[in-house]
Amino acid sequence: MNQTEAFHERIDEALHNDQMRRNFRSALSGIQAKREQQFPDDAQLQALREQARAVRANALVKQPELLEQLEAKLTENGIRVHWAENPEQANQIIADILDAATAKTVVKGKSMVSEETGLNTYLEQRGIEVVESDLGEFIIQLAEEPPSHIVAPAIHKNRQEVAQLFHRFYPDLPYTEDINQLTETARQILRDKFAHADAGISGVNFAVAETGTLCLVENEGNGRLSTTAPRVHIAITGIEKVVEKLSDVPPLLEILTKSATGQPITTYFNMISRPRQAGELDGPQAVHLVLLDNGRTRIKVDEQLLDTLRCIRCGTCINYCPVYVQLGGHAYGTVYPGPIGIALEPQRLGIDQVGSLTSACTLCGACGQVCPVEIPLPKLINRLRAEAVNAGREASPLIGRGALRNKTEATSWKLWRLVYANAFVYRLFALAATRLRWLTPKKLGGWTRYRSAPKPAKRTLNELARQKGFRSE
Amino acid sequence: MSKTRDAILRRLRDNRPTDQPLPSPYRKPLGWDSEQRIASFTERMRAVRGDVYRTTPADWARTAAKLCEERGLKQALVGHGPIADQFVADASDSVDIRRYAQPVEEWKPTLFRAVDVAVTGCRAGLAESGSLVLWPDRNEPRLMSLVPPVHIAVLDATRLYENFAEMLAVEQWAAGGMPTNALLISGPSKTADIEQTLAYGIHGPKSLITLIVE
Repeated sequence: MNQTEAFHERIDEALHNDQMRRNFRSALSGIQAKREQQFPDDAQLQALREQARAVRANALVKQPELLEQLEAKLTENGIRVHWAENPEQANQIIADILDAATAKTVVKGKSMVSEETGLNTYLEQRGIEVVESDLGEFIIQLAEEPPSHIVAPAIHKNRQEVAQLFHRFYPDLPYTEDINQLTETARQILRDKFAHADAGISGVNFAVAETGTLCLVENEGNGRLSTTAPRVHIAITGIEKVVEKLSDVPPLLEILTKSATGQPITTYFNMISRPRQAGELDGPQAVHLVLLDNGRTRIKVDEQLLDTLRCIRCGTCINYCPVYVQLGGHAYGTVYPGPIGIALEPQRLGIDQVGSLTSACTLCGACGQVCPVEIPLPKLINRLRAEAVNAGREASPLIGRGALRNKTEATSWKLWRLVYANAFVYRLFALAATRLRWLTPKKLGGWTRYRSAPKPAKRTLNELARQKGFRSE
Repeated sequence: MSKTRDAILRRLRDNRPTDQPLPSPYRKPLGWDSEQRIASFTERMRAVRGDVYRTTPADWARTAAKLCEERGLKQALVGHGPIADQFVADASDSVDIRRYAQPVEEWKPTLFRAVDVAVTGCRAGLAESGSLVLWPDRNEPRLMSLVPPVHIAVLDATRLYENFAEMLAVEQWAAGGMPTNALLISGPSKTADIEQTLAYGIHGPKSLITLIVE
């Protein structure tokens, strides 16, 4: 099965899952309303977006120096820095750290980068127990599913589904569909894990070069527990998360939390700069940071595609995408779904692998309008579409350009252009289409899978206009 | 230095994007006086189900002890320093007090199971977002504000800043060097992972009580 067929199959499955689609509709409209409450003043929102965009753009210009400064500062602070080109290297580095520390159990905070590397499977195959400690991640770990959203990984499940899942894995606990009780159950199960884990793994929201500080944004406290209670803490992040100064952080934090979940700030904003110091009574004795490239330096080659790297992973574009709300995250089949996924994943993995994603977009522009760092997502998606069929510019760093070029489609467009470029041929075509409308086929490939076939009108628009008395061409 | 590191940095240097305008310094001066700061802090903190009480230097510890009694909190954890000492002096009849005096490894199970409430100080507070600012240290270790189901934090009203940006600028955090761990805490632990419905007390404290000392 090629990627397009596989994508269509996942779409088909998603569109037939009514429960899941109801869950998404109700969740996303709620999140949108909460975000809009946080930005009552449009001018203030624009000023904040401009600030956040400038912070991210500046960090990307100075990225090599900032990464060096970050490494030097972290090292000075006693945090070990590791560099990984690809998922295999990153996983290997983390496994080696765990081995050296004879760590057998890991509690993990939410990290999309570790989803990129398939870290959990890798570690489990080496006999290490990995427990996702974010409630949403814990739920989907039990269900053996990938995240369906980058901020709310279990957004596709309702309380009944969560209740059944808990009951299946913890049959001794009383069955409940009450959200507070389900949360209490998770607290009890996970407390034990936090108290006994050898190591904690987390992502990073911002890495501050100036001070050598790893910043983590969360509500639950699982991120703090994972990075404080075990004796080793390993953080993993993409190399684009570095920012220059500590004073760059407040505007990013503000726009991140307000955009992502409609909160003025999250419960915890955690700034980690050192492992446990002499005389301190808790905190990990060793802290490591793994910096992962995984295609990011390639994205940077192109001045237009580069904007993708400004992303702060707030998921707002996903929350506003009319296609995502119908399909849910799993249909995309990639780590990052929704508009940012459509823009990022073909760049990261190649058009020949996941270029079909670019078709899951109506170019409505909503994602571009809400993006807190002003990533021109519709433009990027359009560019990738063009590159997918080799209609784009000449020099391009993209892998698998033209992989979705299809002879029939290319020929159709060529014919279309011929017809529309010549008045005589066009009139002939219009005449044939209207007078021979009974010949229109009932099945038109992908179009008629979900819609009835269109039929041309009895008369062309030109003819109708003339009948009405319009004379000018 | 590793080959991977050098290769990544070389690729980044070879493909440097065009210069971008520098971000302007971010400050949002609101011009709030002390009363406005306390009002904003209180409103934001209560909106996320944090409790706030206004009290005085002489009374805060007795207020804290009374709250423990009312809520049936028996085992209290304190660190070292003036906050801990005052709480010990004023509250010793109503609760059993334990000092955080040894490395966490030596008493983790007790910390996770037997402690009902921890009492700590704060470095500062942020009025606009309703946040406590903590720099845990050897006197008040990191897990105190996280593991016990109730956290009582004592906040000096004169250390209430308008917002995060103002605090970083006034206190010159970057220049002074960062501590092992610094935190903004805005309410008790919560989650909205099931049906976007807020539920409190998922991993950290189920309640967060701020005593504003004026």
